[in-house]
Amino acid sequence: MKRNTLVVSAALLAAITGRAGAQAAGASAAPAAQQAAADTALDARTNAVAVQLRCPVCQGVSIQDSPAELAQQMRNLVREQLRAGKSPDEVKAYFVSKYGEWILLQPRASGFNILIYALPVLVVLGGLAVIVVAMRRWTKPPENLSI
Amino acid sequence: MNWKRSLIAAVTAVPVILLFAWGFTRDPGEIPSPLPGHAAPQFSLDVFAPGQPPLSRPVGDTVRLADLRGQVVVLNFWASWCGACREEHTVLSTTARLYTGRPVHFLGVLYNDSLAAGEAWIAEMGGQSYPSMQDPGARTAIDYGLYGVPETFFIDGDGRVAYKQLGPVTGVGLAHIVDSLIAALPPKPAAPATKSRS
Amino acid sequence: MIGPFAYDALLIALPILVLGIVLAPVAVRTGRREWIPVVYSTLYTNFLLVSTATVAMIVALVTHDFSVSYVAQVGSRATPLFYTVISLWGALEGSILFWAWVLALYGSVVVWLNRNRPGNLIPYTALALLAVSLFFGILLVGPANPFHPVFPIPADGPGPNPLLQNHILMGVHPPLLYLGYVGMTVPFAFAVGAMLSGEVARDEWIKLSHRWTLVSWGFLSAAIIAGMWWSYEVLGWGGYWAWDPVENASFLPWLTATAYLHSMVLQERRGMLRLWNVNLVVGTFVLTVLGTFLTRSGIISSVHAFTVGVIGYYFLAFIALVLIAALVMVAGNSDRLRTSGRMDSAASRETVFLLNNLFLTAFMFTVLIGTLFPLIAEAIRGVKVSVGAPFFNRMTLPMIVMLLFLMGVGPALPWRSATAAEMRSKLLPPLVGAFLFCVGALVAGARNFYGVVAFTFVGYAAVANLREYWIGLRARRNAHGEGWATALYRLIRGNQRRYGGYLAHLGLLIAALGVAGSSSFRREREMTMKPGDTLTVAGQTIRLKGVWGREEVQRSVIGATVEVLKNGRVVGVIEPRMNYYPTSDQPVPTPQVRSTIGGDLYLTLMSFDPNGAHATIRAIVQPLVSWIWFGGGVIVLGALIGMLPARRRPNGSLSEPDVVPVRGAVVVETAP
Repeated sequence: MKRNTLVVSAALLAAITGRAGAQAAGASAAPAAQQAAADTALDARTNAVAVQLRCPVCQGVSIQDSPAELAQQMRNLVREQLRAGKSPDEVKAYFVSKYGEWILLQPRASGFNILIYALPVLVVLGGLAVIVVAMRRWTKPPENLSI
Repeated sequence: MNWKRSLIAAVTAVPVILLFAWGFTRDPGEIPSPLPGHAAPQFSLDVFAPGQPPLSRPVGDTVRLADLRGQVVVLNFWASWCGACREEHTVLSTTARLYTGRPVHFLGVLYNDSLAAGEAWIAEMGGQSYPSMQDPGARTAIDYGLYGVPETFFIDGDGRVAYKQLGPVTGVGLAHIVDSLIAALPPKPAAPATKSRS
Repeated sequence: MIGPFAYDALLIALPILVLGIVLAPVAVRTGRREWIPVVYSTLYTNFLLVSTATVAMIVALVTHDFSVSYVAQVGSRATPLFYTVISLWGALEGSILFWAWVLALYGSVVVWLNRNRPGNLIPYTALALLAVSLFFGILLVGPANPFHPVFPIPADGPGPNPLLQNHILMGVHPPLLYLGYVGMTVPFAFAVGAMLSGEVARDEWIKLSHRWTLVSWGFLSAAIIAGMWWSYEVLGWGGYWAWDPVENASFLPWLTATAYLHSMVLQERRGMLRLWNVNLVVGTFVLTVLGTFLTRSGIISSVHAFTVGVIGYYFLAFIALVLIAALVMVAGNSDRLRTSGRMDSAASRETVFLLNNLFLTAFMFTVLIGTLFPLIAEAIRGVKVSVGAPFFNRMTLPMIVMLLFLMGVGPALPWRSATAAEMRSKLLPPLVGAFLFCVGALVAGARNFYGVVAFTFVGYAAVANLREYWIGLRARRNAHGEGWATALYRLIRGNQRRYGGYLAHLGLLIAALGVAGSSSFRREREMTMKPGDTLTVAGQTIRLKGVWGREEVQRSVIGATVEVLKNGRVVGVIEPRMNYYPTSDQPVPTPQVRSTIGGDLYLTLMSFDPNGAHATIRAIVQPLVSWIWFGGGVIVLGALIGMLPARRRPNGSLSEPDVVPVRGAVVVETAP
């Protein structure tokens, strides 16, 4: 009974996500719809790069989120460069060459910067190790009592 | 009370405190530009404010950085809504006029502003001796890594950005930089080849 | 007149505080117990003096007494009364005065409630409170003096920062934040008192400070949610958390305090984690000092930063002293604190609490290192780097979803040990919730990995926590035949900390749903519209009716009237606007939100034509945002339940034994 439930649920899950995927594929049939879909795709790609770039005139928000005029203009530039065929990394490299590393909202994972990515992982792993060792000690049966 | 352990623990605080103390010695808001020392980004912008003779250019004239190679260029980004730009306006205008005939070009670039507002501002300030250009979509501003206005770029005779000034320029500083850049220019040929300007 | 008078009050407070600080150890060491009430009264006197100064400041603000420097800085005759009063905490000096007042209040109440307790714990606790009060007292008569006389007396002032006049939540978020932040000084003071008095191996200090920790945690939780709500409604980008350094500063102590609320239970039940708990308590306070140092020193740029000055050096000295003193005390007492823990089995609630502490601490560490990294990188590499939302989201989302999952496992597992059968009967049923939420999210169109995982775990944990209520209710009804309402009331009263905790979990899960929903399903569009144009985003249609301008007392406003349409009918009107304040040449874009249970329609006026011919409107549709604020309220309710005094039973115990059925047998369980 339980196994059947699982099988049915899995099939249902696959059907739902599959159907949603099929819908997306069907939408790109007609050419006009194709253009709209391409635009949406470009929007999404612009979005993905824009959230990585810091707005130079605001405090800490990305050019995607910032209402500032310069941020909007930078977004347009990102969109243009992506449409012209540049890769996201090339677009980011362009902005870094103009504004410095500061323009990236997360540090490039190279050299010293690796620390900021590695340390949290090490803390979690180290903490887990400490807990395992401590729990071994704590769950050990007490030393033999004289009976 | 385990004093040995206390001492070791206290020592670990020292680098943290030193880091914070060091933090006071610099300004977190000041972002150094990667441009100085590198080739100045090319631009091709149209004049909207002609400036005044003898430095003026016609409205609609296209100014290309490539055409100015071999001479010093002072590129100043400004806007009518920018308070600090008012401070440096007189300095720039007067200095530009003083250097008439020298191998240096003063150029203004309007940043995120309407042409009408820019023209009105120039009129209000009593005129600008050198021409100002428009920068649609702030493409040139972004190319120069602009954070805001005013920012002034000093381009040497080899087309490299020698120096970037954040905030308003001062009279003494301006003259000093321009003089040193002119002095560094390669010597001119004996018979000057005059180019007709379009 | 009122300025010098208030300044004198603050000045007199200093020698009084010093007297208390000197007298406390002397009284204890020499055995002169009659001096201890004198020590306590220095705290009360300080409270009276600081209160006098605070009231004086409010009076000066309301009467527009511009001879007082702080009033000249933030006051204005044009500012409405509400914003005038709350400008008390709007700028640096006033905020320090307010901090000092809250600290004095907490200190006096804590000591007064415990004034008759014998022993050395309370005298040394008072010492710690006096020392911290002294620091802020020095600031108030020195670099942060708000009562500096101004001459010649100006006729009017510039008013508060425009961003601080835009929304009434500005009256709510800072007081809550200070009550939470400053409140963390109390458990810290108790820990210091315990260490200095040598009573640290006993748990009395934890019992005494527990309620204060919960109170502060409740305020801090409310403050963070209120801050998110304020920035959402005011800042115009449709987000509520930007991982700005000052947001992080308020969040760090919340994380360690939450860890402490859990690990403290382990200490009470099993005598475990004593040293760790002292570290957490002291660490929470150190993080509050660090947070205030970062805000006020100017060494890290942030949206919140107060104006910088010499006060940064004072805070540097303070954090250095606090850090070193804390490390010396805790490390020095580490031997006394080390106890051998005992656990029966890894399959128990104890394990989940340990993992909870691990992930909360790792979370805190990640946010801390992310916030400080720009400073560190610049010091080591000489290059300025940014650490923003992409980093924090990427590194903390895994930890957050783990914590969501643990929130479902912890309440389900019993203490001490669970058999395989118990684990199955407790851990499997919530899978229904997990499945439903997962399917629901996918059907609704969520495709981001962490979004779907978060929904799944929230479903799991929600069912698990609700089930605990259900099991308890059912047991009571079977055992006592009570009605549902009575059973619920008695259930909660019988163990307020536990059921308050489950409720706080549910509140957090509701808020997590709001966050997951609004980020997974956010849609936005921007369009330049003429009056009469319509724009459709994610099934919502709006129509621009017109652009207008009007003068208000303290500002000029340009706005757009936008109608919300449903099936052609107007169901709502939203007016995003731009507020122009005389002190700033940049307008403050003021968005407007239409909130429903299902989601928010968030409009910002990006630009407009001065002739009213067109306006550029950005429309963001974010589902479930109001669930975040509602969840915050439930969290606070849970904290309230947990902190209220419990009924004391005839046999002296505080909690009623629960009647918990376990497969035919009836197990009586006490404590959380």
